[in-house]
Amino acid sequence: MTLSTTELFDASAPWSLNARVSLRDEAFGALAYHHVTRRLVFLKSRELVELVRQLDRFESAHAALAVLVPADQHDRYVRALASLARSEILHGR
Amino acid sequence: MGAESSLRDRFERGLAAPICLTWELTYACNLACTHCLSSSGRRDPMELTTSEAKALIDEIAAMQIFYINIGGGEPMMRDDFFELIEHAVDQHVGVKFSTNGTRIDAAAAERLASIDYLDIQISIDGVDASTSDRIRGAGSYARALRAMDNLKAADFGQFKISVVMTRESIEQLDAFEALARHYGAQLRLTRLRPSGRGANVWEELHPTLEQNRRLYRWLLERPNVLTGDSFFHLSALGESLEGLNLCGAGRVVCLIDPVGEVYACPFVIHDEFKAGHVRDAGFASVWTNSELFRSLREPGSVGACNSCGSYDACRGGCMAAKFFTGLEMTDPDPECVFGHGEEALRAKRVTLRPIPSPDHSRRIPVSISSR
Repeated sequence: MTLSTTELFDASAPWSLNARVSLRDEAFGALAYHHVTRRLVFLKSRELVELVRQLDRFESAHAALAVLVPADQHDRYVRALASLARSEILHGR
Repeated sequence: MGAESSLRDRFERGLAAPICLTWELTYACNLACTHCLSSSGRRDPMELTTSEAKALIDEIAAMQIFYINIGGGEPMMRDDFFELIEHAVDQHVGVKFSTNGTRIDAAAAERLASIDYLDIQISIDGVDASTSDRIRGAGSYARALRAMDNLKAADFGQFKISVVMTRESIEQLDAFEALARHYGAQLRLTRLRPSGRGANVWEELHPTLEQNRRLYRWLLERPNVLTGDSFFHLSALGESLEGLNLCGAGRVVCLIDPVGEVYACPFVIHDEFKAGHVRDAGFASVWTNSELFRSLREPGSVGACNSCGSYDACRGGCMAAKFFTGLEMTDPDPECVFGHGEEALRAKRVTLRPIPSPDHSRRIPVSISSR
């Protein structure tokens, strides 16, 4: 993936799960469904699901990552969050 | 790509609840389309009652099934149609329903436009009255267009125009696209399956190999045209089409029929693919425990497709298409893009095709001539 996938995502800003989105746990992670765009999105790990569920407890995505995700995986998770923000699964608070 | 295919493997082993649950609300229908998947016409006296249907919706909400696809028959023939869909959306279960449009007058369009989380698919089978009416019956095309006009006038927003790809309609792809644009609608194309009454017309109406190849290229250029993952058998031609590209039967999709029988998918309303009944232990129990569904979630045999390098792309195609054309589950799809399905059909000197069950077609009135 290139920078273009993350450039619109500000990890220093506060984020949370969009209220229009339902999240359902699955063995591989979770399925997210956006009731307005009617898009189905796959969250491909349980760790990502946990991060997404807890985002609204932190003042920024970075702060959540610092607590919940090992440092060497931050880049990967920022890309995953950026992708979820683009499909409006996450929204800025 | 590796991550994608492992996700697909996960799907093939089944999910906590279906992604796509189709619920045929009624077998009653005021049309008699020649390719009807559910052989609809007459209402079944054992149809789920309003309170049973509401209890089922409650269970669907509890299972966190995001949305349901409602069909029939013609779902708007049920007197409690609005009551049921409003009960679903009130619990954040989205509703997408398929209709022939005959009952969407101006008042119904207004009411539909007032409901959130609602999506409508209006079916036509040609871009002109003569092509469409040959399949759906005289006057049906004009009434479908009137429904679209009413939805547009009521400011419903984007609805879908749903078309089954036949040998005739496939020649009108660009015109369908223009019609959808005219209404600000989204185009949805699905595969003609030899299921229900479709078994009677499949042979003469299913697209030719050449037409299927053209359809594949057309769809590849238009990722916004919806297909409900109908054409994954065509993905063997190269790049995968949009969608999960797998047979979701009993794994990510299933069907509940009007009387509460659960089948593996909307295209296999037949005893052989019956998983259980919602009146017995509820839907969740059928989804999780049905022997049929458990077996569908086991890795299947590649069978005759073993020697083909494209199996990973098409997964052997559609279970229903094989079953109702008399092929084995381990045979290629009858519309295999390399012609292996046609060979398999020819190799069966006597094809024993299953008779679709149950059949709710209206009995043709017998005219009695006076002596």
